[in-house]
Amino acid sequence: MYAQMVKSEAADGEQTPEDRAFQARIDRGEKIEPKDWMPEGYRKTLIRQIGQHAHSEIVGQLPEGNWITRAPTLERKQILLAKVQDEAGHGLYLYSAAETLGVSRDELFEKLHSGAMKYSSIFNYPTLTWADMGAIGWLVDGAAIMNQVPLQRTSYGPYSRAMIRICKEESFHQRQGYSIMMKMAGGTPEQKEMAQDALNRFWYPSLMMFGPSDKDSVHSAQSMAWKIKINTNDELRQKFVDETVPQAEYLGLTVPDPDLAWNAGRGHYDFTEPDWTEFFDVLKGNGPCNEERLGARVKAWEDGAWFREGLSAHAEKAAARRLAAE
Amino acid sequence: MKKEWPLWEIFIRGQHGLNHRHVGSLHAPDAEMAINHARDVYTRRKEGVSIWVVESADITASAPSDKGPLFDPAEDKVYRHPTFFDIPDEVGHM
Repeated sequence: MYAQMVKSEAADGEQTPEDRAFQARIDRGEKIEPKDWMPEGYRKTLIRQIGQHAHSEIVGQLPEGNWITRAPTLERKQILLAKVQDEAGHGLYLYSAAETLGVSRDELFEKLHSGAMKYSSIFNYPTLTWADMGAIGWLVDGAAIMNQVPLQRTSYGPYSRAMIRICKEESFHQRQGYSIMMKMAGGTPEQKEMAQDALNRFWYPSLMMFGPSDKDSVHSAQSMAWKIKINTNDELRQKFVDETVPQAEYLGLTVPDPDLAWNAGRGHYDFTEPDWTEFFDVLKGNGPCNEERLGARVKAWEDGAWFREGLSAHAEKAAARRLAAE
Repeated sequence: MKKEWPLWEIFIRGQHGLNHRHVGSLHAPDAEMAINHARDVYTRRKEGVSIWVVESADITASAPSDKGPLFDPAEDKVYRHPTFFDIPDEVGHM
């Protein structure tokens, strides 16, 4: 998931009649719309979750943007450009959804830049070879899809509509990644080795995308009652492993987990949990690329200020001229 | 001069002669740029043949609390639907 460890603002104390009526609407499957009454905790939790999701889409452009100028063919370059442009679009859909909750776009940016809001831990890992473009599309977008598909049914209308739009486009991202992996895995021994290396490096960070294990996930209950979280972290992680292992086998690549084994009794794969110390460390800002990613965002924001202001000035002038001509 | 670009609501007409439909919103300094941005944000896959943009501040919406008075009266007027009337089979297609 693109949003990890979102702190849920459960109401403390007694539920008011309004709280109960609100929960009843959600239980009936009604969508909550921007102007409807909602508990303050619901609003705040959603701003945090949708905001973090939006930030992840935007920061997520950076690891792939790194390879646009070095794509191996013109076709691959066009495809990668289209994919990165989609991520920008997904960020914009989500920022708009967050803004309906009464937060401004600039406030969200400021909170990202100051570190008050997070983005997904996965984007703090470097993209070292072209095969990483394959691994990201296949694994990272694959993991995102696992989470986003159920979120299409989330209780908040604008969030749900953004997710529906995003899911329509996300499948292209995963398939283009897998297509790169097929090409690399079927290529020269060196190319296959690069594909294996990319899988080795992105496997556990991808598993971390779903967030900590359910037993350590303290915010789930309230968010699930509000239907802004639909499945538990462990459910989704298991589903991801079950779907991905056969895809790796098809590629002739080995998942870097010696304890990975099909458990016929459970009907699922048993697998090794990622190193959660590393996860919390990356989240705290100590991943290999945290500084570089956030630095790039802040630089883009600051370098673009004159342009944003220039367009505003032009718009005001043009409006004044139109008024004078009337 | 630090201020956010205003918010615009975007409406797209799809390929098959349907109404313009609300697809989402975006920030832009003026209407012309809003159309340019809408093209990039909402029609990357040929979703439309025409774009309308309206500044969000210019939209007047009904209040959620008016839902009852506005829409409940239609509830007991089922005769507005053709299926309310039983037409005998012998009459044929109607």
